[in-house]
Amino acid sequence: MLGLISSSVFATSSLNMTKGVTDISQRVYDLHMTILIICCVIGVVVFGAMFYAIIKHRKSQGAVAAQFHESTKVEVIWTIIPFIILIGMAIPATKTLIEMEDNSEADITIKVTGSQWKWHYQYFDHDFGFYSLLSTPREQYENQNGKNADVVKGENYLLEVDRHLVLPIGKKVRFLITADDVIHSWWVPAFAVKQDANPGFINEAWTIINKPGIYRGQCAELCGKDHGFMPIVVEALSQADYDVWLAGQKQDIAKAEVAAKQALASTLTMDDSMALGETVYMTRCAACHQANGAGIPGAFPAIKGSPIALGDIGAHIDIVVNGKAGTAMQAFSGQLTAKELAAVITYERNAWDNNTGDVVQVSEVNAKGAK
Amino acid sequence: MSTLSAIDEHNDHHDHKPKGMMRWILTTNHKDIGTMYLIFSFLMFLIGGAMAMIIRAELYQPGLQIVEPNFFNQMTTVHGLIMVFGAVMPAFTGLANWLIPMMIGAPDMALPRMNNWSFWILPMAFAILLSSLFMEGGGPNFGWTFYAPLSTTYAPDSTALFVFSIHIMGISSILGAINVVVTIINMRAPGMSYMKMPLFVWTWLITAFLLIAVMPVLAATVTMVLTDKYFGTSFFAAAGGGDPVLFQHIFWFFGHPEVYIMILPSFGIISAIVPAFSRKKLFGYSSMVYATASIALLSFVVWAHHMFTTGMPVAAELFFMYCTMLISVPTGVKVFNWVATMWRGSLTFETPMLFAIAFIVLFTIGGFSGLMLAITPADFQYHDTYFVVAHFHYVLVTGAIFSIMAAAYYWLPKWTGNMYNESLGKLHFWASLISVNVLFFPMHFLGLAGMPRRVPDYALQFADFNQLVSIGGFAFGLSQLIFLVVVIKCARGGEKAPAKPWEGAEGLEWDMPSPAPYHSHTTPPVIK
Repeated sequence: MLGLISSSVFATSSLNMTKGVTDISQRVYDLHMTILIICCVIGVVVFGAMFYAIIKHRKSQGAVAAQFHESTKVEVIWTIIPFIILIGMAIPATKTLIEMEDNSEADITIKVTGSQWKWHYQYFDHDFGFYSLLSTPREQYENQNGKNADVVKGENYLLEVDRHLVLPIGKKVRFLITADDVIHSWWVPAFAVKQDANPGFINEAWTIINKPGIYRGQCAELCGKDHGFMPIVVEALSQADYDVWLAGQKQDIAKAEVAAKQALASTLTMDDSMALGETVYMTRCAACHQANGAGIPGAFPAIKGSPIALGDIGAHIDIVVNGKAGTAMQAFSGQLTAKELAAVITYERNAWDNNTGDVVQVSEVNAKGAK
Repeated sequence: MSTLSAIDEHNDHHDHKPKGMMRWILTTNHKDIGTMYLIFSFLMFLIGGAMAMIIRAELYQPGLQIVEPNFFNQMTTVHGLIMVFGAVMPAFTGLANWLIPMMIGAPDMALPRMNNWSFWILPMAFAILLSSLFMEGGGPNFGWTFYAPLSTTYAPDSTALFVFSIHIMGISSILGAINVVVTIINMRAPGMSYMKMPLFVWTWLITAFLLIAVMPVLAATVTMVLTDKYFGTSFFAAAGGGDPVLFQHIFWFFGHPEVYIMILPSFGIISAIVPAFSRKKLFGYSSMVYATASIALLSFVVWAHHMFTTGMPVAAELFFMYCTMLISVPTGVKVFNWVATMWRGSLTFETPMLFAIAFIVLFTIGGFSGLMLAITPADFQYHDTYFVVAHFHYVLVTGAIFSIMAAAYYWLPKWTGNMYNESLGKLHFWASLISVNVLFFPMHFLGLAGMPRRVPDYALQFADFNQLVSIGGFAFGLSQLIFLVVVIKCARGGEKAPAKPWEGAEGLEWDMPSPAPYHSHTTPPVIK
């Protein structure tokens, strides 16, 4: 039984640290293996001596205890030898560390901002940015009480996002890492980059990716309820592919601006708003306020029957667009388009028996600062 | 005159004590208080263990099957708090209460009334902590390390209860530590110089100084969390001129000595048990004392190795890496000394010795992973993964808790007057040894493969190992019930224990009958 378990374990799981796809990650791997082997050798010697004593020096074998119990010479020897081994470990570690912390002369700068529970990537050199959210559908992970038992978990379950951070290979990419709310930690094992995202402060890290591919990581610092649900996906492209991607992004931004203008002039209907609003609500709001709008008592307020959702529209728009300082309620103005904001507010005011009948228009949201 | 004769009369009835519950509530006797600490810590061990079972049940397979993520976070947080402050630390204080007066030839602890108080505020502290789980919004959910601002601006309303319970636990620890220091310095029997004290006494003396030094720092930390959350200060909020990383510096300035608080008394226990069952004096007594003191001193200059990824300057990273690596030298000396003690001894393998040997091997494995974690570049990969979880469970479960189990088996005959059931003890040992390794060893692989800690759900490649880990967890949890049976059976009866049940045991506690009389060393013993 145990044999069966272990064989399946070793067949499907990786057992060791990744070598990664950068020179640094390779160096870190080598360092890890060196220390591991040194520790194993010390372990074999020390435990070997101990088990020799356990087998040979047992009373049942007629062993009579020796009388020695002190030797300054021996104590000095086994103080100095480990010390020398440590120096041997410290030298390569120091070299690698100094290199890892050299953030100078970057080709590209990306500002990485963590917030509950998503990442934002700002391309400093091109003046655009986007949010990156978990794209695994909720039905795949919400299995309480046997729920969704028939839903198959995808290949990249919990390690997939709606928009990848796209980077070119062979360029020194500098990450400026910060956070909007609590501490997060941006970790991509394949680059050996793990750097805390501290709210109000900016940390630096860098990488040069050697190989095109898709590299997955996760937030590494406990950041609240959905800490386990904010993965990182980096797509490394050749320089040519990266340039094509960049051009595409710029076109998309231009299109979005036109669409925003059109939306401002249009009038939203209840049906359209409810459909769009529900989609937005489920991806952006349901993590805290829950899919049924009931919130989590004591932690996240309900929207169903709440004074804000049933009261003054202006105040409702204001809190969604600009957030509420000192709480987990974020400002969504930079995260959603004005049309999406209008729709989600309409949804919140009419779903779950809220039934106010209000249809929020893009212009109303726009007046509160949304674009 | 009448007062004096009343005192005389009182002294004639040494065992005079209230009956029933009042005996335990009012007691100032070090043995009663020690017993209460030990029972309390085992109760907390079971409660904290039950939370670990919930965690492992949720992680048995991918997906959220049992709990909500918010509740999962409360379980990891309160599991950690209970095991650290409720199980390991009170167990050591209980052992200190029982053993230190008997080992140094003192009639009781120096401050017996304070001793009563320092125990009885503990159940209150944990009642507050556990009750917070039933508040609207739930209990603490920010990890036992409660990093700000997750524990301030973004924390549940129950955070004030968490803060006050930590305050009370801290007061209890400080009182207990003061008592230990005063007892050891003032109440040693004539002729017992410092370098004649048993190592358990030595390690506890050093531990007590660590406690007095760092528990106030913890109190300051939680107070700042309290004022940041409820009174508008900004110690840890950048918007008000504070710094969230400041929290981590202060917390770990407490936290790193704290982890040695949880292991130094273990070193003392192992240094008593290994010589007893090797029938040979402890090798390198004085180097053991110096090594313990060096570890304690170094523990104040390594705190930031918990914070390599916070964005420290490279000079600080190097300093903390070197200092942390240095700790392995005195720790290594201890392990070598234990092995040298066993070398050419006359070994037998009763349950205490089995736990002690397992301690040496498994604690050393935890030490190795600690050394690996000290290497800053590699730590960037290990940090906040299951590799760290594996590391500190090896040093705390197979380290601290195994040593406490060893101590319990070793001194149970002295405490109860009865021998424990050796077969059941061995069954407990082997069941624990196998299951604990199935539980914690694969966590190394999970961490190296990239699984972060404190997640309620995980990617599919981690599924097989998590299942194995959970099976080990359930087995380890169940194995501890054997220990409960052994202790209850031993307390109720069994083969009568002689004054010195272990052939090679040394120390004043073995000169008195078993069970130890309610008042021992009423006249100081003679130290040769």
